[in-house]
Amino acid sequence: MLEVSGITQIFGGVTALDSVSFSITKGDITGVIGPNGAGKTTLFNIITGIYRQTAGSVLLEGKDVTGFPPEKLARLAMVRTFQNIELFGEMTVLENVMVGMHTKSSSGLLACALKMPWSISEEQRIREGAMRWLEFTGIIDLADHVAGSLPFGKGRLLEIARALAVDPRIILMDEPAAGLNSQETLGLAELIKRIRNLDITVVLVEHDMELVMDICDRIIVLNLGSKLAEGTPREIQENPEVIAAYLGDDD
Amino acid sequence: MKRDLLLFVCFSLLIMVAPQLFEGGYLMNVLVFVGINTMLAIALNLLLGYAGQISLGHAGFFGLGAYLSGIMTTTYSMNPWVAMPVAALIVGALAGLIGFPILKLKGHYLAMATLGLGIIIFIVFNETVDLTGGPSGLSAIPNLKLAGLSFDSDVKNYYLIWAFTLAVMLFSINLANSRIGRALRAIHDSEVAAQVLGVNSRVLKVQIFALSAVISSLAGSLYAHTMTFVSPASFGFNFSIELLTMVVIGGLGSIYGSFLGAALLTLLPEFLRGANDYDIVIYGALLMVMVMYMPGGLVRGITSLFSKFVKKSGADHA
Repeated sequence: MLEVSGITQIFGGVTALDSVSFSITKGDITGVIGPNGAGKTTLFNIITGIYRQTAGSVLLEGKDVTGFPPEKLARLAMVRTFQNIELFGEMTVLENVMVGMHTKSSSGLLACALKMPWSISEEQRIREGAMRWLEFTGIIDLADHVAGSLPFGKGRLLEIARALAVDPRIILMDEPAAGLNSQETLGLAELIKRIRNLDITVVLVEHDMELVMDICDRIIVLNLGSKLAEGTPREIQENPEVIAAYLGDDD
Repeated sequence: MKRDLLLFVCFSLLIMVAPQLFEGGYLMNVLVFVGINTMLAIALNLLLGYAGQISLGHAGFFGLGAYLSGIMTTTYSMNPWVAMPVAALIVGALAGLIGFPILKLKGHYLAMATLGLGIIIFIVFNETVDLTGGPSGLSAIPNLKLAGLSFDSDVKNYYLIWAFTLAVMLFSINLANSRIGRALRAIHDSEVAAQVLGVNSRVLKVQIFALSAVISSLAGSLYAHTMTFVSPASFGFNFSIELLTMVVIGGLGSIYGSFLGAALLTLLPEFLRGANDYDIVIYGALLMVMVMYMPGGLVRGITSLFSKFVKKSGADHA
């Protein structure tokens, strides 16, 4: 599904990522973990076209997408969410998700302004599609609220609903559980499993170990900009290097 | 959707009967300017209030429309109805061309770049004397004519200008409520999130910049054909700032707000004329008070005052 090879990123003189390679299998939930400063978010920013890496390539479904801008990746059905949720705060919850349908609609500026018949029916389709995603994520009752006024946990769900509206085949989530209480985290775990059941491949950066071990099929461990280990949750939990570097020797 | 349409119909009816309410020749002339300024404020609002991109050079696009129309209809004796869309196309193409490099800039840098653009256009109006008449202006620009009717009086011009202004308003309201309008507001709130969702912000920003210039150019052409005279003084930096003030006072991202802002800033100096030299002081003080107490603009300010009042009277009854 996603193949990353030799990703290197140098900021000034600091090597943030040093030749990181891995591949993500279609239909899996893959966790990327590692201590703070391991380069997880940088890696995400490179894969999703927000940073341009110093070296290395990214293949999406066999296609070389190295250096593609985010809007082009969205059209290739790859989407992401952010660690500090990036909502359109002045818009309503429904409108936020409707923006997610942008690539699934095509009326141009003039067609919209002149209310051509096809743009009216398309608008209806966008609205219905967005409502379905609000229902899927369980925030349909908030549809008319202004996004900026939502509590953090609901905002997180909205960001996921909005990303799903793009109709992705792969979704990358940057610390989806950050800032959530334990109840909300349980709901998130269940939501991520339901997303996978839609045949969407999920990749997440996460610090909440319980969540990662519970839902992930595979885990990739980064440390100081390099890949330290890769495997099933059980393999990772038993890997002595990971325990030493990341989980710490508590005895 | 239905409510938007109803509001627009009511507003249009109000505009159509307005001349019956104020039967004064001079005020009609001012109301023509309210129409032109409303168009310009909406044009700038689409860019600033929706897409979140500032321009301090919009007087330049306004002027280009006016001069292109003026020159084509006087020096080259073109029909004004042909000259207007030709001018708009030229200005739109120019804005698109300039837009690609300068809209990569953000915030203060974009303000500086558009400021420079406006000043360059202003200098061109002054210096290309053979073409524009230089500082003394261009005169004898023909009025628009339609089926034997010449738009040469204030009342006729009022209906002409407002027909265009209402069309621009409806066009902009539709745009604002569409996928393009939402994408623009998304860019305003978080450009990176908009891009991740597949919005091509670079292209969309250029498109809206060009559209904004086209509307400004149209307003300029109409100005030229109703005033029959243009000179550089009307298109200077001051006027760009005045347009910005209209948009901010009226409310960013509100089409009716742009009308209110334009109406207020056009009418206020006329009403303050009686105050002699103090007019500019009162004008400044009023603007300050409005920005302090209605920072979201007139439309939001009035709406929240109204809802407070309704709540209060509701509480009194209970």
